[in-house]
Amino acid sequence: MALTSLKEKIDEAVKQQLRLVDAVVGSTGFPIVPDQKTGDPQWIDVRELPLRYMLSLGGARKFFEGLAGGKLQATRCRACGTVYFPPQVDCPRCRVSDVEWVDVGEEGELVTWTVINVKPLTFSHHGDYVVGIVRMPIGVNVLAWISVGDPSGLRPGQRVRLVVGRREPEGYVTYWFEVPH
Amino acid sequence: MMDRAETMRRVAVIGVGHSTFGVRGDVTLQELAWEAIAEALKDAGLTQKDIEVSVVGVVGTREYELMPAVPVNDYAGLTHVGPIRVEAACATGLAALTTAHNYVASGMADIALAVGVEKMTEVDTATSLAVGGRAGNYLWEFHFVGTTMPAQYALYASAHMARFGTTEEHMALVAVKNHRHAARNPKAHFQYEVTVEEVLGSRPVAWPIKLLDSSPISDGAAAAVLASEDAVRRLGVDVPVWVSGIGYSSETPNMVRRPHYVGLEATVRAAAMAYKRAGISPTDVEVAEVHDAFTIAEIMAYEDLGFVEKGMGGKFVAEGQSDLGGKVSVNVSGGLKGKGHPLAATGLSMVYEIVKQLREERERGRQAPLKRYVGLAHNVAGIGHQAYVVVLRR
Repeated sequence: MALTSLKEKIDEAVKQQLRLVDAVVGSTGFPIVPDQKTGDPQWIDVRELPLRYMLSLGGARKFFEGLAGGKLQATRCRACGTVYFPPQVDCPRCRVSDVEWVDVGEEGELVTWTVINVKPLTFSHHGDYVVGIVRMPIGVNVLAWISVGDPSGLRPGQRVRLVVGRREPEGYVTYWFEVPH
Repeated sequence: MMDRAETMRRVAVIGVGHSTFGVRGDVTLQELAWEAIAEALKDAGLTQKDIEVSVVGVVGTREYELMPAVPVNDYAGLTHVGPIRVEAACATGLAALTTAHNYVASGMADIALAVGVEKMTEVDTATSLAVGGRAGNYLWEFHFVGTTMPAQYALYASAHMARFGTTEEHMALVAVKNHRHAARNPKAHFQYEVTVEEVLGSRPVAWPIKLLDSSPISDGAAAAVLASEDAVRRLGVDVPVWVSGIGYSSETPNMVRRPHYVGLEATVRAAAMAYKRAGISPTDVEVAEVHDAFTIAEIMAYEDLGFVEKGMGGKFVAEGQSDLGGKVSVNVSGGLKGKGHPLAATGLSMVYEIVKQLREERERGRQAPLKRYVGLAHNVAGIGHQAYVVVLRR
C-alpha cells in the first residue's frame, strides 16, 4: 500500500466524522458536538494541524546507502572500539568523531519478543506482527519484525537469520529476521 | 554521588490536591488543573499570594493547547510567580515535584507549588498510541518496527517470564489488587473490580500484555504545596510530610542498547540515590506508589526498588506481600492501572496518596497500617527512559 493510498484510507474515516461536524455547523454555527457517552459539549478543532516532519539524516545517511545494498550496518569508533547500533557518527565515550561502518552479521540469537495486536494507525493495514530483539555476533542488539507463522514456538537463544528487503505493501526497504527451518 | 544535602534546607509537603481521574470531557485543561490546585491550596491553608514559585508539569502533544503551562498557571491565578514548565514524559509529575523541592531547598523560595496536569483524550486512541510509540527513538523503532508503549513493556514481560518463570497469572494479580483499591478510591478512573479470569481473557494488546494489564488513557491533575522548615514552623503546620530523599536517573532510549530486559536500571539507580539521601533501606518502606503503567511494570518495580530480590516479583504479589497491610502496601490508590495515568499528573498523584497515607487520612479499607511512617513514590518515563524515586516521611 503506497503512502498516498494509506492516507486516502485514513482521510476517508476522518471525512465521515467531518461530515457530521459540517452538518452541526450548518444548523448551529458552532463545531460543537455532544460527547457520545456523557453528552458533554466538545468543540471539534477545525483549524487542522497536519504534522509531517522532515528528519535530517545527518551521519546516518550512510546507513541507508548500506541498507539499499542489502547490508545492515553499525558504526565502530576507530579510537575506542565502541560499536553503536543504531549507528551514530560521534563517540561520546571518547569524544572522537571517527567511526567505521561494520556489518552486524547475518545470524543472531533471539533475546525477547512480543506480538503487536493493537497497532498504530499507520501500521493498521498489517496483520498482527511479531517484534523481537536479537543479539548479533558483533555484540549489538537489533530490534525488528520476526517472520514466523506461530510465535508460540519461539524460545530465547533461538537462532534467527537477518533479511534485508522490501516490506510490502508499502515497499519500504527494511530488515527483519527469519526462523531457519 | 556529589551530595550537598547538609547545605540544603529541609522541605515538607504541606498541602496536596487531586482531581477526579478519568475521561473528563466535562472540563477544560485549565479547569482540570484548578481542581487539584484549589484543593492543594485549601489543604495547606494558603492562597496564591503565599506561593513564590509555581512549577507546571505537562507533557502536552495530546492537548489542543500546545504550550499549556502559561494558560494553566494563569487560570489558577498564579500569573506572576511562574510557571516553570517541566516535562519528563510519564515521569513529569515527580520531575515537577523535584523542581519545586529544589527551589525551596536552595532557599530561592520558601513556599512552592507543583502541579501536573494532562488531558489525553483530546486526540483519538490510535493517535495517542502513535505519540507514545514515537517516544525516544522514532526512526529506528517506530518507523521500521511499529513499536508501541505496550509492546516495549511486553518485550520486558516476555523476557521476565522466560528467565524467572513469571506468569500471566502473576501479572493479572497486580491488576486485580489495583482495581480493588481503585474501586475504593472515589477519584480513580476505574470504579470496579476485576477477576484474574477477566484479566486473562481480556483482548490482547501486545502479548503477553492484555487490555486489563494496561493502564488507561486518562485525564487528570494533581498538585502539591512545598514549604521550608521555617515556613512550616511559621505556618504552624500540624502534620508536615518531609521530602526525605529524591533520586533520579535515566537509561538509553534505544531498546537495543540495554543490558537486559528484566528490570529498569534507571529505577535501580534512582532508588539507590533516594534511599541513601533519606538514610533508609528498602525494608523501611511501608507504603509505596509505584509506576504500574502495565502490570509487569509493578512486578519489576518490587524488584528494582529492593522490596524483593530480582526475579521474585511474581511470587511477591502472589503471596500478598504487596497487598494492603503486606510487607509493603503497594498502589493502595489503585495505581496507574486502576486510578488512571494522566501522564504529568501521575507522579504528583502518587505524592498525594502517600501524603494522605502518612497523615492516616485515607478511607476505610484503603489506609495502610504504619509503624515507621515511611512512604515512597516511584515515577517512570517511557520504559525506564527516566525514573524518579521520592521518599516521604512523617
